[in-house]
Amino acid sequence: MNLLLEARGLHLKFGAIAALDDVAIDVSAGEVVAIVGESGSGKTTLLRVLAGQMAPDSGTVRYLGGDVLGMTEAERRRLMRTDWGFVHQNPRDGLRMGVSAGGNVGERLMALGARHYGNIRDEAKAWLQRVEIDAARIDDLPRHFSGGMQQRLQIARTLVTRPKLVFMDEPTGGLDVSVQARLLDLIRALVHELGLSVLIVTHDIAAARLLADRILVMRRGQVVEQGLTDRVLDDPQHPYTQLLVSSVLAA
Amino acid sequence: MTILLRTEGLGKTFTLHLQGGTRIPVLGGVDLAVRAGECVALSGPSGAGKSTLMRCLYGNYGAGAGRILLAHQGRDLDLARADARAVIEARRQTIGYVSQFLRVIPRVSTRDIVAEPMMARGVARVDALARASALLDRLNLPERLHGLPPATFSGGEQQRVNLARGFGPRHPVLLLDEPTASLDAANRAIVIGLIDEAKQAGTAIVGIFHDAEVREAVADRVFTVEPMQDAA
Amino acid sequence: MTEAGYNFAYLDEATKRMIRRAILKAVAIPGHQIPFGAREMPLPYGWGTGGIQVTASILGPQDVLKVIDQGADDTTNAVSIRRFFTRVAGIATTDATGEASIIQTRHRIPEKPLTENQILVYQVPQPEPLFKLEPHRAETRRIHALADYGLMHVRLYEDIARLGHIAKAYDYPVMVNERYLMSPSPIPAFDNPKMHQMAALQLFGAGREKRIYAVPPYTPVRSLDFEDHPFRPIRAPHACAICGSRTSYLDELITNDAGGRAFICSDTDYCQERQEAPKAAAE
Repeated sequence: MNLLLEARGLHLKFGAIAALDDVAIDVSAGEVVAIVGESGSGKTTLLRVLAGQMAPDSGTVRYLGGDVLGMTEAERRRLMRTDWGFVHQNPRDGLRMGVSAGGNVGERLMALGARHYGNIRDEAKAWLQRVEIDAARIDDLPRHFSGGMQQRLQIARTLVTRPKLVFMDEPTGGLDVSVQARLLDLIRALVHELGLSVLIVTHDIAAARLLADRILVMRRGQVVEQGLTDRVLDDPQHPYTQLLVSSVLAA
Repeated sequence: MTILLRTEGLGKTFTLHLQGGTRIPVLGGVDLAVRAGECVALSGPSGAGKSTLMRCLYGNYGAGAGRILLAHQGRDLDLARADARAVIEARRQTIGYVSQFLRVIPRVSTRDIVAEPMMARGVARVDALARASALLDRLNLPERLHGLPPATFSGGEQQRVNLARGFGPRHPVLLLDEPTASLDAANRAIVIGLIDEAKQAGTAIVGIFHDAEVREAVADRVFTVEPMQDAA
Repeated sequence: MTEAGYNFAYLDEATKRMIRRAILKAVAIPGHQIPFGAREMPLPYGWGTGGIQVTASILGPQDVLKVIDQGADDTTNAVSIRRFFTRVAGIATTDATGEASIIQTRHRIPEKPLTENQILVYQVPQPEPLFKLEPHRAETRRIHALADYGLMHVRLYEDIARLGHIAKAYDYPVMVNERYLMSPSPIPAFDNPKMHQMAALQLFGAGREKRIYAVPPYTPVRSLDFEDHPFRPIRAPHACAICGSRTSYLDELITNDAGGRAFICSDTDYCQERQEAPKAAAE
């Protein structure tokens, strides 16, 4: 089993509130892991800590054996533009709204040293098509896109450099239900084609079921239950997981 | 013949925390052994736990007690203890499951849905698609439907997609939960043929068959699941 | 004589030392912006307060100062600054590029190649090349620290995508010593190649933004571009109407109400020298 990310004993307090209370998690190559739980359960905090964007009070996070928390900012950013990707809930946090769709997709390529305009543009067009955006819109600004298109653009921008591990924070969060389904399906297909490892934070149980191999249920900073996705959702053991699953219609 | 799947003292109790921690014992002391090339039909009254047992065998429900030993890649894997990744790998390579209902993946064509588990098991895409088409043809699913996502198909059509998906990869162990429930007589006969062929090929099969005619035709023996006394 | 009541070159000696320290740091890290405690100067921001403070700090009594604005020695800004230093430092001034030891400039680099004995001081309105792309100062500093310059190329990409070419005609971003992205100040892109391996020391002062940066002599300075859209210094495709130069940077003049136009050298000293050269040769 090729372990990519491995975290142990994570603790983080915001004042008296434990955002992370002895959390351990790992992600293997090609594996999709969902972190579910309601708002305030600590799942987004966990994602940020794992991605090295926030320091825990104690605990370790390792990526391919290397210490994520001890990395310099330069090393972390290099990882963020090469091996890692981050898809934000709000596309505004992950896109440059004043830059064309093509420029948004091309930025990571250029950050990695791509200096051939024609090639960058071809790659951007191919990725727009891959996320089901008409390549003719390559020069349009994302602010003229619908929410679903913006989110798909963010995904193209993230995946263009073929990261190994992608962090996703409620990627379908602000979208209409019909748009959510399409986006989830697109993510599922891309994850499959590219063999991505994904750590996805969501409160959408159906999304977790569709995408994830494994699931972690968080509540008040603790992982209360984890395991195979369909087992956790179909045979939940912890009272909180039972509540979570029972409050969902036809998940 | 070799035993490919067996349970030892398998027990399963549901604890309903939302109903004041009510405990519902469903299975207890289940000892089942299935050999290569053998089809075992589960029987017992409705609510006795046949489906629960099937789901435990697939790892979909966690076992409360005992062991579930699957002959997986040259050793016994205890599905009751195995971690999630091991269960996923066992499902990919060794154990297949045909449920009553197809979990439809939006926008993926029927042919791809059927080919997917074959490719996961290492079959080349072109071969997997060819076998998918052949199975769907054999199950009388009109070819014009092969390229469409099955979301809008009838119950019987969806079940045939599910069957093709289940029989495609030729897993050594196959679980069939009411595989013929929504099928007409002609299609039931085809499913009987598929099961027979799988047995000939050495597949160990566990099934729930409400249809007595199908059960008679395919089952080598019947395993009775006894209802548990309600502990509450 | 210098104006009574002022220290030599207007600034007090402690301030000059502070600015010289910033200059030394800037020279040590080519292209890197060094913060400094810019003083209020007796002229408004935007009139070259940064350049004047740099000039004041490096000026000695033996120096000969040339000041140009858009290439010309005789525009208001250039005349004012030259007179300022004449009054507060009593130094000699000149229009001749070859005779100056310090040249303070706004928006141009002289056509005549500079030497190791000269210093070119640029007036800089906005030292941050990423200013319009990244609104947060803390983030631009991080980008420089990590040399994470994909964003600048995004801007150039956008130009080509929308206009078919890189539209920046002035303040065209450069890479200094293959490390720091730098604004060359609002000089025309035509002048960028002159910065590369220049024999003279180049100092940049931004008064309002309180930053100093530098390019030491013989330092590589590369204009950013794409392999398939290489950087091209652009000049108007004409000859100077006065001296006939086909290589110098030209200003366009409207000559009458009927839309008549003429192109003349922006560098007045260069143009003058060319006008006199044939005469000198003839004598």
